[in-house]
Amino acid sequence: MNRKGFAGRLARLWIVPVALVLWELATRVAAQPYFPAPSSIVVRIQELWFSGPLTRVLLTDAAIESFGPSLGRLFAGWVLAGLAGVLLGVAIGRSAKLADYLDPILQFGRAVPPPLLVPIFFALFQIGTPTQLAIIVFGVIWPVLLNTADGCRTVDRQYLETARVFGFSRPDVLRRVVLPAAMPKIFAGLRLSLSLALILMVVSELVGSTSGIGYGLLTAQQNFLFVDVWAYIVLLGVLGFLLNASFLLLESRILAWHQRARRTI
Amino acid sequence: MLELVDLTHRYGTYHAIDRINLTVKQGEVVCVVGPSGCGKSTLLRSIAGLIKPTGGRVLLDGRPVESTPDNLAVVFQDYSRSLYPWLSALANVSLPLRRRGLDRKARDEAAMAALTEVGLGTAAAKFPWEMSGGMQQRVSIARALAYRPKLLLMDEPFGSVDAQTREELEDLVLRVCAHHGMTILLITHDVDESVYVGDRVVVLSKAPGTVTGDLTVDLPGPRDQIRTRELDAFVKLRADVGRMVRGMTNNNHHEVEHR
Repeated sequence: MNRKGFAGRLARLWIVPVALVLWELATRVAAQPYFPAPSSIVVRIQELWFSGPLTRVLLTDAAIESFGPSLGRLFAGWVLAGLAGVLLGVAIGRSAKLADYLDPILQFGRAVPPPLLVPIFFALFQIGTPTQLAIIVFGVIWPVLLNTADGCRTVDRQYLETARVFGFSRPDVLRRVVLPAAMPKIFAGLRLSLSLALILMVVSELVGSTSGIGYGLLTAQQNFLFVDVWAYIVLLGVLGFLLNASFLLLESRILAWHQRARRTI
Repeated sequence: MLELVDLTHRYGTYHAIDRINLTVKQGEVVCVVGPSGCGKSTLLRSIAGLIKPTGGRVLLDGRPVESTPDNLAVVFQDYSRSLYPWLSALANVSLPLRRRGLDRKARDEAAMAALTEVGLGTAAAKFPWEMSGGMQQRVSIARALAYRPKLLLMDEPFGSVDAQTREELEDLVLRVCAHHGMTILLITHDVDESVYVGDRVVVLSKAPGTVTGDLTVDLPGPRDQIRTRELDAFVKLRADVGRMVRGMTNNNHHEVEHR
């Protein structure tokens, strides 16, 4: 990194308006209905979702009806997958025997593309939120699980020996040594999962759903509303960016020790 | 208080230490010195109960060491990996005190007292990565002190700090441990340090490590970095130990073998 800090980051943002202007020019020259100009997309986004009353931070009914369920599924799926992934990952990371038994199953499960399991989830759960949650959880659990297992397996030997010398109880070793030591890797997994959760949230709403961003996108597409389709695409991009940025902020708070320790070594 | 009887350990086919016999009395500061690869760390890890030796016995207060005894603390060489980077100095020192059944307040007070004793009373809230190597090693010494062990094992505790810090830490350990009447077994490859710090210097041979020398350091206390090191007796002892470490025979060698 040659330029640090807020000023440096701000200075590099010039690329954004340049890209926008180029995009605008290109779409105007091409004049294709499939590729609306960004200016019209922005207007449509505003009409669709941000022309509501001030008391609701400008959000329209449509925005609330579509974002609410989507974000709810996204977060519920991510949190469930995160909890299950960390629990299983710790067990696998701390027990070589369990890891040996489960490894083939995990490698198999990880390789299966989650959208392919949609029919199975439909058969298992009712159509609607349970199925959508299952798709998200199944799709995003892997990075958390595998990263947690790896983090717990590779705890520095000296950390563990120190704990043994001072006679830490088993729960203490887990809670106060293994988990904090694995935390950087767990967070890396959680971040990856969050971006996957957004994708799978849309995928899950494209099938058998009657609400949400994915459903909106599908309806717009089926009705040849290209500006609307693009509005949804931009919305998803912005959402992904915001999720990632908030997660990084959270991570930098919780893992301050790790980031600063690495900087000084 | 510590007795090693024919302590032997092999890693697979590698013979690390061979029939080490050693008795350490209550309140003694014993330095174990030897060339690199003489099984010093294996010896320490066997005493601490971190590995199970393949032969012989370790007795602490007459009882065989099983798992890790609760009246023993270790200061490791690599302080950067011995302190937990996610905990402040205070939390690092107070965490082991949970084994003592103290409540949180009592733990923090004991930890604070130990940190003050090593001169870090004002740095209790700092994290390891905010401290110099010497400060970090002081924290790990404070952690051992607060734990109130009867036996303190030190594995090349001053190996990774600069010469000046090293001298400070040597004096700190001598002063504080004398104050608490702690028994110390310090492992080092530094001949000079072993004579300066120890009441007794035990010399190990190359692997498989075995005791080839055992000298009483008869120097006046309290030790002083300048005055002690210029004493004729110190210079003589240092030369004797140095010769033994290099495997040159002298009288002491035979003396030990006839014990």
